[in-house]
Amino acid sequence: MKNFAEMFRRLDRTTKTNAKVDALADYFVQVDDEDKLWTVALLSHRRPRRTVNSKLLRAWASELSGIDPWILEESYHVVGDLAETIALILPPPEEDYDHTLTHWIEYIQQFADYDETGKKEAVQEAWRGLNTTERYLFNKLITGNFRVGVSQKLMTRALSRATGIEETNLAHRLMGNWTPNDTTFEDLIHSESATDDISRPYPFYLAYQLEQAAEDLGNPADWQAEHKWDGIRGQVIVRNDEVFVWSRGEELVTDKYPEYHILASAIPNGTVIDGEILPFRDGRPLGFNVLQTRIGRKTVSKKLLKDAPVVLMCYDLLEYEGRDIRQLPMEGRRELLERLVEEYPTNGVLQLSPVFDFTEWGELAAERETAREKYSEGIMLKRRSSPYRQGRKKGDWWKWKVDPLTIDAVMMYAQRGHGRRANLYTDFTFGVWDGDQLVPFTKAYSGLTDQEFNKITAWVRRNTVERFGPVRSVKAKQVFEIGFEGIRRSSRHKSGVALRFPRMLRWRHDKPVEEANTKDDLEALLQAYGE
Amino acid sequence: MPLLTFNDCGIYCERADVYIDPWKPVDRALITHGHADHSRWGNKYYLCTRAAAPVIRYRLGDIKLETVEFGEVRTINGVRFSFHPAGHIIGSAQIRVEYQGEIWVASGDYKLEDDGLSEAYEPIRCQHFITESTFGLPVYRWTPQEEVMADINDWWRQTASEGRTAILTGYALGKAQRLLDGLDTSIGKIYTHGAIENTNEVLRKQGIKLPPTTRVTREINKKDYPGNIVVATPGAIGQPWVKKFGNASIGAASGWMTLRGARRRRGADRGFVLSDHCDWPSLLEAIDLTGADNVYVTHGYTAIFSKYLREQGLNAVELHTEYEGELAEIETKGNAETEKENAAADAE
Repeated sequence: MKNFAEMFRRLDRTTKTNAKVDALADYFVQVDDEDKLWTVALLSHRRPRRTVNSKLLRAWASELSGIDPWILEESYHVVGDLAETIALILPPPEEDYDHTLTHWIEYIQQFADYDETGKKEAVQEAWRGLNTTERYLFNKLITGNFRVGVSQKLMTRALSRATGIEETNLAHRLMGNWTPNDTTFEDLIHSESATDDISRPYPFYLAYQLEQAAEDLGNPADWQAEHKWDGIRGQVIVRNDEVFVWSRGEELVTDKYPEYHILASAIPNGTVIDGEILPFRDGRPLGFNVLQTRIGRKTVSKKLLKDAPVVLMCYDLLEYEGRDIRQLPMEGRRELLERLVEEYPTNGVLQLSPVFDFTEWGELAAERETAREKYSEGIMLKRRSSPYRQGRKKGDWWKWKVDPLTIDAVMMYAQRGHGRRANLYTDFTFGVWDGDQLVPFTKAYSGLTDQEFNKITAWVRRNTVERFGPVRSVKAKQVFEIGFEGIRRSSRHKSGVALRFPRMLRWRHDKPVEEANTKDDLEALLQAYGE
Repeated sequence: MPLLTFNDCGIYCERADVYIDPWKPVDRALITHGHADHSRWGNKYYLCTRAAAPVIRYRLGDIKLETVEFGEVRTINGVRFSFHPAGHIIGSAQIRVEYQGEIWVASGDYKLEDDGLSEAYEPIRCQHFITESTFGLPVYRWTPQEEVMADINDWWRQTASEGRTAILTGYALGKAQRLLDGLDTSIGKIYTHGAIENTNEVLRKQGIKLPPTTRVTREINKKDYPGNIVVATPGAIGQPWVKKFGNASIGAASGWMTLRGARRRRGADRGFVLSDHCDWPSLLEAIDLTGADNVYVTHGYTAIFSKYLREQGLNAVELHTEYEGELAEIETKGNAETEKENAAADAE
């Protein structure tokens, strides 16, 4: 754990990519294969299962430090991270344990067999011999929400440097359905056959938001344009008469979408399609709201299948006849994709994402304006000559999203943020006018610059009306333009509406608070876009 | 009627008709120390310690100011006032107020650790203690200054060995000099930001010993900086001013650096936990040492800290004041101390 903690400290100290890669590569050279494997797992979101809930962890920390639970709770609101709060309030260590990362992870995994007292003793025992950073990491491993701000891309680059294996190769090897409990570093990284794991997906290629004018992309003839579908990105794999469905978060979701199961026999083995898991009926997509009813469900009822049927809106082909074709140009892959979808009947499960016929950028701009009506988020632009890359890379794929819906709202409540924004007021509740009353309708956390957050934090401190635990109500003075991607009625929200991806677009210093929008304005948006 | 009360202008002693650290202009102000949130412009008369006076004069210009020695008693209408070391910065004082056996202490900002530069904190027995709580949560616990300075010097040595410049931030009055005092000058030369060097000049003139420093100016060749250290104000980071130091490593010294979120937000390469305020254990120790039953919490985590003290059986009250504590180091704009520093830097 000492190596691991030192590597973490080095990562945490810098925002520079090269320094992060150096820290990781040095670490990978120092530690044994077991620790390497666990580190790769942790940095690719394969965390050990949570063995202790945070409520118990709080209670044990409170007991060991003699700090009352309420003040631990208040501290947590300031620190913005429970693992860190606990690491900071515990009394200084009495011992200095020096074990490997793997040792500690196995130590934690054993908790599953312990009763509550046993867990408590084991956790407090560990705390007694770890320093602040090590405790923090230990707590993170227990709570299962370990994040260090290193992308999988950087981790792969560092591992490539430490092992001498080429980066793109390595990225592919690290994908898929493995955990450190069922493989070894040697098998994962070095075994030669790429078919050893038939479910292994390819790394997704992710597009950047188009910031410049579309015209700056050059000749329209070089670009393919299609809808930016409003579903979930998915990769469907058919190999050895089996089908596997991966979501972009590298989660295997095959069981959640039984619609795709017929593909195992309907299309040839050795096929991998990149597309959108999209709710769809009678030749047209349904709203994202409909898909939301399925996202969290493990088991799917007949009724759900009927109410929220999905298709795969196909837009790329990565493997064809068992061959990795990612290096073919976009237009070549598209041709093969079209052939595949047309040749093999799938009862409509595979849909071909239509491409727009356009010769001027202006035509596309007009198409983009009407995207929302078609349950599309805008337009995707892909360079016809481009290979299928991996990760987020600028240049060949762009998302050109429709402008968000907006409403001017008044800040009503403020709460401190988490992580990087701890101790700053960053989480706000906004309201609209209903007569001379404000009614809260949404929260928003993002969209302001660090400087604006500093400024609003100072303002909140000086304009607090009342405190409710960590939440402060503030004077109705500040107007913000709230942007969001969608709106619907919701019985789960007090206000009766739920917004999709709300964020602060602008701080409207120019707008008097009386001129903020009203509940009627919100209702009008609901009528127009709500269902 | 208690001896001290709290009103819109500050901490008030009616019997003597004086204020302590008022935030609105008043006729007579007793000042604990020179930070901008405690010594403000516009009062008709100021009283502070002799050691605090030069900086206050420098910052507030032509004011009517008298000084006292630490421990010296001034009697105003029967009320005895005396100033005692607060250990926060050079010249900083706690103000003891006594009348007919009723004793109050207004501590301003203070810390218990002897930093070797400020007059060391002295506990004063009283019945009523007015305290800050800038770091009044159990997550804040400092390591001794010696260890922190050793870390800072190690970082400077490392940065120098890479042929880069180290930039270390701390606010201009207090923290900066404490850092200067602890730097290992065998590693290299020390350069200073203008706002800090202005303060250094004032302090040197009053006899404070600081290591040799060179003010950063346009005339200095940029090639002179690598290997050396620049001590700058927190507000200077992110300004065009830092560009001249090229690929520098930035270290921030502040109590806020305890928290990972604050470290990452600050955009510093290294965060060193060093504060001129009390941490949690020393706040509790200080209050205990006063023997006071009544505690008034002026700034920081006031609600939480006063609630905690009440649970310990004290009569603790949360006050709403305009003191800011060490906010200067987390807020880059809109803070009295930072405005001061930016103005000083802009003036060059």
